[in-house]
Amino acid sequence: MNDTNFEPRIVGFLCNWCTYAAADTAGISRMRQPPNVDIIRVMCTGRVDPVFILKAFAEGADGVIVSGCHPPGDCHYNNGNYKTFRRMPLVEALLAQYGIEKERFHWGWISGAEAPQWARLTREFTEQVCALGPLNWKRELESKEE
Amino acid sequence: MITITIDGQEIQAEEGQTVLEIAKANGIEIPTLCYHPLLSPYGACRLCTVEVAQRGRTSLETSCTYPAADGLAVQTRSLAVLEARRLVLGLLLSRCPNVPIIQDLAREHGITEPPFPTDTPDEKCILCGHCVRTCHELVKANVLNFSERGIERRVGPAFLEKTRDCIGCGACTIMCPTGAVEIVLEKEAVYKEKPLGPTSAIWVPSLQAMPLVPVIDTDVCIRFRQNDRTEGGIADACGACQMVCEADAIKFHQQDEIIELDVGAIIVATGFEMWDPHQLSQYSYGKSPNIITGMEFERLSNAGGPTGGEILLADGRKPERVAIIHCIGSRDHNAHPYCSRICCMYSLKQAHLVRDKTGAEVHEFYMDMRTSGKAYEEFYERVQEEGVTFVRGRSAEVEVLPDGKLRVKGEDANLGRMVQADVDMVVLSTAIEAPQDADRVASLFGLGRSEDGFFAEAHPKMRPVETNTDGVFLAGTAQGPRDVPDTVAHAGAAASMALAMLDKGEVTISPQIAVVDEELCSGCKTCIVLCPYTAIGFVEEENIARVNEVLCKGCGTCVAACPAGAIAGRHFTTEQIMAQIEGLFRMPVEQPVEVEGVRS
Repeated sequence: MNDTNFEPRIVGFLCNWCTYAAADTAGISRMRQPPNVDIIRVMCTGRVDPVFILKAFAEGADGVIVSGCHPPGDCHYNNGNYKTFRRMPLVEALLAQYGIEKERFHWGWISGAEAPQWARLTREFTEQVCALGPLNWKRELESKEE
Repeated sequence: MITITIDGQEIQAEEGQTVLEIAKANGIEIPTLCYHPLLSPYGACRLCTVEVAQRGRTSLETSCTYPAADGLAVQTRSLAVLEARRLVLGLLLSRCPNVPIIQDLAREHGITEPPFPTDTPDEKCILCGHCVRTCHELVKANVLNFSERGIERRVGPAFLEKTRDCIGCGACTIMCPTGAVEIVLEKEAVYKEKPLGPTSAIWVPSLQAMPLVPVIDTDVCIRFRQNDRTEGGIADACGACQMVCEADAIKFHQQDEIIELDVGAIIVATGFEMWDPHQLSQYSYGKSPNIITGMEFERLSNAGGPTGGEILLADGRKPERVAIIHCIGSRDHNAHPYCSRICCMYSLKQAHLVRDKTGAEVHEFYMDMRTSGKAYEEFYERVQEEGVTFVRGRSAEVEVLPDGKLRVKGEDANLGRMVQADVDMVVLSTAIEAPQDADRVASLFGLGRSEDGFFAEAHPKMRPVETNTDGVFLAGTAQGPRDVPDTVAHAGAAASMALAMLDKGEVTISPQIAVVDEELCSGCKTCIVLCPYTAIGFVEEENIARVNEVLCKGCGTCVAACPAGAIAGRHFTTEQIMAQIEGLFRMPVEQPVEVEGVRS
């Protein structure tokens, strides 16, 4: 499914203090990034309920990014990123059970100072999801409901 | 109080003072050689002889040892006194005919030639015991002593042999009035270690220090060295500074102390460090004493520095050609990619100083001349007019030639060819970088750091002094390279931000906090252990968790973790985030604009 016109939809859950700031700086600094990533700001990646990730896929996302502050010590809330660190492997396992490729889900750390890394991540992850093609999970779910 | 008369002048004095002390305190001059206010009187040189009259009897006495008594009458310049002094000086001059201080004193008393011949015209020691008393009373090393008797009498360590008890403090050489004691260094390296460092145990860190208070270098101070060496056995050595300090300001027991303060705002102004140019070996830093950093040049040209502000080479000559190399460690992907921002201006200033003080040729090797700032470009023009040679292009290498000259090689980008200059001195304009312990400071205050290692501001354009931690502000080079005017402006802004916050008297906290729906809470306590701020308390009577609204910072960790979904994170509720996700996919997909280099 390598449709050249395919534009993946990617949802990014970014923590307010680090990766959201990096994305902001990347924008201010006019770094080149694809427009496929839609950002939802949360105060901390520790706030990211696995349900949000499933919801994003269910609504039609082709990929999801969760990114916050570098452990150890960068977290604005002392250790929220550690909770993410514990939760996200579980989410990965859960997605595998639904048959969603692990390449569609990225979680990691980008500090407020690492705007170039954010721009690079958006470029590379968009490429990666694009190569996988559309997920169409929403259509599948709807057809099952019918 | 007692009253004595000196040369007919009635003087009030304390009981127990010596005649010499009283005379000196009242501006009456009595020549001395063996007297020192910090040492016990010894009466060896006999120069301070005066005539005292008490109960109708007169006698010649050494004033340094003679205790004053009520009603004492003293003559310091009577015929008998002057005669006695001339005799003493004649004998001293005969013993040491070539010691300037004795020659001067003798000449003042009308003696130009030694009255007796000597076999040892180079003798300098007058056996005054300054060194012996210093070593015993101040240093407490008890190394120096008199040995032999009569004309054999001399000063030295026990059995005149080398001793390990000598701590090499050099106090005896400083105290000796005639320059008879010398320290022979077995290794000259002892002094070479800190060529541009402090010159005594007590020094002012820099002439511009604020506050301008001297410090004691405990590695050099006799008192601390003796204390350490004897593990506390000799705890009260020297103390000369304490004895002379009229303000009683010297406290040896002072230690570094940790002071705890409750504050409402913190300004982090931890500054920068100079980058170590050893890391780029092509510039040969450390291979010649005439290759110095900009900071070392500042010490050299400082009026309070070791050369009194003269710009000299290591061998004491004036340099004839000087090279200043910009961007050492800055704008260099092998070191720091950023521009250190201050180096161009201080390099220009140093070029000006070299021209002004020595008239030497100056060659500046630069990549770009960054002289933005008020009146900076004008200064650059002035330095050009002063005859400094500017070579555009980073210098590639500094080579130490066998004759000690330094060969600077580089490319002149304007001429498009390689150039080289043989110079006497090279000044490396080294980069400034974040201090080595910046990571610890960052984690202490919850600060972020930008890629260059300096602390990150809350917003690069709109909030340059604030950090992401409320109440913590940044000032100066802690945030990034900047020069003095910019630092003053930045620090003023930080102080204003802190004061504005404190002046309100109250702190507005964010409304983004977690709230427990007490109907839904099952009392499982999952949230309580997760909270990084211990903001969630458990109400035993009602078997529910409750959030302390002041402590809660609104991270939402508990919201995501609550198995009952009983906690709502205000402004980031599950419903709001779900609605955002749904909203995203109701929007029509915009076709991305074609941008070169970006996936389309």
